Amino acid sequence: MGITFYKRLFLLPGLLLLIAVIIFPLLFSIRVSMSSWNVSRSGLDFVGGSNWARMFSDADFWSSMLRLLNFAVLTTFVQYVLGFMLALYIWQGVKGGRFFRLVWLVPLMTTPSIMAIVWRSIFREDIGAANGILKMLGLSTIGWSTEVVPAIFTIYVAEIWQWTPFMFLFLLAGLLILPKEPLLAAEIDGASPSRIFWKITFPLMAPISIGAILIRLIESSKIFDSIFVLTSAGPGSATETPTYFLWKRSLAEFQIAYGATLALTYLIVMIILLTIIAKVLTYLARPRGW
Amino acid sequence: MSKTLKYVFLSFWTLFVFVPLSWALTTSFKTPDAVNQGATFIPWVQFEPTVAGWQDILGISGYANLIPNMVNSAIVTFFASLISVSLGGFAAYGLSRFRYGWKYYGNSDIIFFFIAQRILPPVVLAIPFFLLLKGLNLLDTHLGLILVLTSGLMPIVVWLMVDFFNQIPREIDEMAMLEGCNPFQAFRRTILPLSKPGIAISAIFCVIFGWNDLFFSLVLTFTNVKTLPAAVVALNGTVTPFWTLSASAIFSILPLIGFVFIVERYLAKGGFSGAVR
Repeated sequence: MGITFYKRLFLLPGLLLLIAVIIFPLLFSIRVSMSSWNVSRSGLDFVGGSNWARMFSDADFWSSMLRLLNFAVLTTFVQYVLGFMLALYIWQGVKGGRFFRLVWLVPLMTTPSIMAIVWRSIFREDIGAANGILKMLGLSTIGWSTEVVPAIFTIYVAEIWQWTPFMFLFLLAGLLILPKEPLLAAEIDGASPSRIFWKITFPLMAPISIGAILIRLIESSKIFDSIFVLTSAGPGSATETPTYFLWKRSLAEFQIAYGATLALTYLIVMIILLTIIAKVLTYLARPRGW
Repeated sequence: MSKTLKYVFLSFWTLFVFVPLSWALTTSFKTPDAVNQGATFIPWVQFEPTVAGWQDILGISGYANLIPNMVNSAIVTFFASLISVSLGGFAAYGLSRFRYGWKYYGNSDIIFFFIAQRILPPVVLAIPFFLLLKGLNLLDTHLGLILVLTSGLMPIVVWLMVDFFNQIPREIDEMAMLEGCNPFQAFRRTILPLSKPGIAISAIFCVIFGWNDLFFSLVLTFTNVKTLPAAVVALNGTVTPFWTLSASAIFSILPLIGFVFIVERYLAKGGFSGAVR
């Protein structure tokens, strides 16, 4: 049997399974987005681009997009900084490094939707731990679920708790495969630790950092579970992200056609934004003279 | 000075990691009174522990029984991960060693197609998947949920493994083929043993993301195949008290926390290096 047979044998089973599972939802969504399928009438009629026109002028959808941008960029940035610091400490060696490493990986293993239930019980106004601690310290309690900023804060905290270990793991793996020579040479030359970090370690870590940041941007943009459980997008719509907005339109209100339009829009916007972000980050991290 | 600062930071972060888990653990052993009188933290000192919450979720008190849900989660996660790692691994090896193409599209476009699946949030796919599985008579079955989860997990494997295989010198499998192996035998005899760390990492991430899935189980299963997260979130939606909810939360994350102790050495060592290059 020729090489072509084996070539196909390796790729095709996986690729075809993926295409088989994904092609129907995709084509279906495109077709449905041009119909008027909703709770009162189901089926595939043709109404052209009216759903698309509605999407463009749907201020709630676009403000949920802005909210997501804020959320994804901010939590990813915090995770990156914290994850990098933790990874550097383990890499340089600390007492009990193995213990710390093990403990720090635990949040990664917990289920976001389940942890959201735990966070909800922590941020309960009357009997939760957060207000309990504030009371113990003699401070005034906070309306975690009724005030806008605290509600947003709870979502951010849950996200950072859950996913900083991912950044940590990724960046630690990156640090472990760094070439030793430039670092040793700089040390022999007597460069200060902070200078070594900014001039050598950080630039060498740039490609890995970009990969890790992009993955977290992709994954955190899909946030649904913790908002669904923790705040139900409230108070008002202060914590409503596009995925929650989509869920409400398509599965709670059963506006199937409009939901499909929003879904495709989300997909297109994400692909464009991520491509731009990837290009910008790669440009910023391009090798420069020292 | 900076050394003190370092340990302060490390301790602070470690404490932050512990807080939600220890809160859930202590709450799961509280009595209704101990929960409702306000936040308490230390068992035996501030409250008298009881196992009532645990009896509620293990079918002893007749309130709820999460054990079948745990079995469902285990079955679905195991098979979805197994299919994803094997098919994804094969595809990644192919993409690393051969050139595929159709008109202007090449290997990097195929890899992008795999990874692009991760951009899609589950909610986008919920209704089409519902109709698809309904048409195939696979709603509320293990197989249906496994297929759907595989589409989300395989991209992770392809993304991790392509770079991993790229790091293994081509000469190794070329040598095997010169000695008379066909490409498949060359893969199985020489590459597979070398890629154990990469396979371990991929499997770990498949298990994490598979176990964590809430949405597909919420929408595509009803009674027979409800997984643990969906069952616990359903409890959360009813009037289930906090001590029972906390017990169910700890119960659902325990298997994977146990898992971290087994796989930690794979996660922290070179196996990951392929992914980050």
